[in-house]
Amino acid sequence: MSINQTLINEYINITSPSQVLTEEADRLSYSYDAAVLTPRIPALVVAPATEEQLGQVVKLTYENSLPLTVRGSGSNLSGAVIPEPGDSVVILTNRLNKILEINEEDLYAVVEPGVITSQFAEAVTARGLFYPPDPGSQTVSTLGGNVALNAGGLRGLKYGVTKDYLMGLEFFDYNGNLVKTGSRTVKCVTGYNIGAMMISSEGTLGVFSKIIFKLVPPPKASQAMMAVYDDINKASETVAAIIANHILPCTLEFLDQKCLIHVEAHTKAGLPTEAQAILLIEVDGGHQAGVDEDAQKVKDICVKVGAKDIRVAKDAAEKFKIWEARRNALPALARAKATTVLEDATVPRSKVPAMVSEVNRIADKYKLDIGTFGHAGDGNLHPTILCDRRDKEEFRRVEEAVDEIFDVALRLQGTLSGEHGIGQAKAKWMVKETNQATVDFSKRLRQALDPKYLFNASKKII
Amino acid sequence: MSENVAPQPGSFQELAQLLMSLDNLLVSCMRCGLCQAVCPVYGSTFREADVTRGKIALLENLAHETIKDPKSVNDRLNRCLLCGSCEVNCPSGVNILEIFIKARSFVAGYLGLGLVKRLIFRHLLPHPRLFNLATRISGFFQKPFLKVANPLVGTHRAPILKMFLGDRHIPSLPKASFSSKRGALNIPAGSSGIKVALFPGCVPDKLFANLSEATLKILRYHGVGIFMPENLVCCGIPSLASGDSQGFLGLTSQNLKALSKQPFDYLVTPCATCAANIKDNWPRFLDKYGEEEKKAVAALVSKTMDITQFLVSALKVEFKPAEPKNDAKKVTFHDSCHLKKSLGVAAQPRAIIQSLPDYRLVEMPEADRCCGNGGSFTLFHYDISKDIGQRKRNNIVSVKPDLVVTGCPACLMQLMDLLSQNNDQIAVKHVVEIYADTLPDQAA
Repeated sequence: MSINQTLINEYINITSPSQVLTEEADRLSYSYDAAVLTPRIPALVVAPATEEQLGQVVKLTYENSLPLTVRGSGSNLSGAVIPEPGDSVVILTNRLNKILEINEEDLYAVVEPGVITSQFAEAVTARGLFYPPDPGSQTVSTLGGNVALNAGGLRGLKYGVTKDYLMGLEFFDYNGNLVKTGSRTVKCVTGYNIGAMMISSEGTLGVFSKIIFKLVPPPKASQAMMAVYDDINKASETVAAIIANHILPCTLEFLDQKCLIHVEAHTKAGLPTEAQAILLIEVDGGHQAGVDEDAQKVKDICVKVGAKDIRVAKDAAEKFKIWEARRNALPALARAKATTVLEDATVPRSKVPAMVSEVNRIADKYKLDIGTFGHAGDGNLHPTILCDRRDKEEFRRVEEAVDEIFDVALRLQGTLSGEHGIGQAKAKWMVKETNQATVDFSKRLRQALDPKYLFNASKKII
Repeated sequence: MSENVAPQPGSFQELAQLLMSLDNLLVSCMRCGLCQAVCPVYGSTFREADVTRGKIALLENLAHETIKDPKSVNDRLNRCLLCGSCEVNCPSGVNILEIFIKARSFVAGYLGLGLVKRLIFRHLLPHPRLFNLATRISGFFQKPFLKVANPLVGTHRAPILKMFLGDRHIPSLPKASFSSKRGALNIPAGSSGIKVALFPGCVPDKLFANLSEATLKILRYHGVGIFMPENLVCCGIPSLASGDSQGFLGLTSQNLKALSKQPFDYLVTPCATCAANIKDNWPRFLDKYGEEEKKAVAALVSKTMDITQFLVSALKVEFKPAEPKNDAKKVTFHDSCHLKKSLGVAAQPRAIIQSLPDYRLVEMPEADRCCGNGGSFTLFHYDISKDIGQRKRNNIVSVKPDLVVTGCPACLMQLMDLLSQNNDQIAVKHVVEIYADTLPDQAA
């Protein structure tokens, strides 16, 4: 089916003329997301503003057998919202941006899928509660996108990721019928746990219209510190020892030497560029005394394992300063060269040193500049390759290096992606991490829910 | 067309080649999309082509000739306030304003400027006498056209001029512009030992002459010498924003010539946009100037200052925080984009306000979010401008102030229109106006 004026008019009848974009220049601006991949221009872009419009748009698109991709802010790093080939439709959720309810008594919130993550978190904070998931793109990412990709962030170790906060979901199936799962209660065993299946489904199973999130009471005290290492293994041993001592820091971040050099060049903040690695550790909790005690224990562990320097933040200003290195990791790396390929391979915590040394070996092998930072507490590393996508020969080496990074991650019993998603970037690797039976099972599941294979067809499972 | 054959002048290939000169800047955008968080236009329309990432993608495609519709790209390129919020927030440090300003000039060069813009940029702005005469005539005849809209804000409606002004609520023109009333100024340095070139800027000169008078009063009070040549012209930002780099360069040359007549320590203006334009945009076209002009532009980059920045940071006037009186007026401060994001001036105007016991400063939410004026942006995109402005208005009203103060004449116009349209009883002032009011009157 191709898109003609009659069909365009049907979309306009459901919505309004300003909600349907057909001009080339407008469509072109939905041809990419934040992944460094080849763009594809959709044939039509439609921006429903109500749940009813959303359902009708899904129905109309499916009836006309048009491939469709749901897009929030297009900030994902796996090509999950690059449109499908051919006459494809992009459905925007950014006008479905209302926070419908924040319930302080029962600790939940109900939102539309286009609400921006950080705006939601701020609204929750203003009501004295806490929504912990904080993906790097939180100032623009949508909550619908966070659910579709199971977004993580810096607080994963202690507070979990998006899936740990999903209580319920409403979504449209391919007929445009509304499906409901989960509830506003802590306990709910009604029907299948469809929400768990929709988490990180990357727009391949249905179109979200409403999300119920769990909220938690906020921590009342926190303490941050930076530990400096001349041996990356010691940094990793520290992470293991902290957790073995039953302390769960709310953030436990890692920067390698290459990263530190780039950040220092950018910020001139006086970072220890001679160090092999630094850990940025923050503990939090309900009582200052308890937090202080944990912080002291963490400090003792750092010393015992062999950190050569430890800086503990004495006040909010120092805490801000300690986190400066992490805040500037991506900006510093991104400024160093034209193109930034941000990877997401994740390994069991104890394999972090092995992973970092493998990444450095790969960087040497392919003559590439790779800085690594990430969430040491959950083994989720972001090897960041600095290159120039216009240099075809170099970019071929980048692609080979990325393939090898995945190989290594899998060999270390890790996973292809901790939080960026499979999208179209990593779909071809699924068999390697799992097996053919898993892919076949997933395809059968998908076929049952999307018989024409139109929901973001080239993503996730191919 | 192969790369080593020069394209036909005026051809699409020539435009593509010109845009390719920006390729090194364009390629540094990593498409993260974080500009969506701060772009005022995107915040109103939610369209990707309205946000920086989308515009950069369009320009790249135009440069690589994968889209061949410069008109469409230009329409979207112009849906931008040039407020610089994205550049300040960009994790990869993309030189966004450089891209947009150059691209506008390339695309406008290809598409042509249009009659009205050509008349204004090439014939009205370069002729200060004609411009003054035009405002004087308009000022003389304005009375029958204007109906008072909001006396506290100081605005009028102009129903008969609706086809030109829309439903805008506007201030009335003064009887004479500041420059025609004062003529050229050459006051030797007093107690401060410092002499400044005063660059009033078109809006403070022709529309808010009181603001220029207040600036003069403050400078004289602090014993600052003043040099204001009579043939200063527009700083060129309207021409540049419309892509008329030729008109812009003509104005810059005229200004440089006028300013070359006397030595001065600083160039001072109450217009944040003029200051930002002189510092950031005049040097953008360095290769188009002669040797002398190049030197003069480079010198101006470090000498040019916003008036509050000059008072606090250069003249080192001590503005001690004062305890507000019991009946002090509640004032909130709006950070103009050109003042805060371009010039980095935010603490200085606040220090001045907080030194005045007649005022109590209360911060509004999102004080540095753009008001939506964007100079000529509001002329061509009034609906978006108004929608962006409404958020600013709601933020202002939320702290229930008696007045809102800012450091930019264009923001003044926008805030007056917004508050007046909403029938709010909140006065709008430039920070130098409230400061000048506290100083003793001197012989003019």
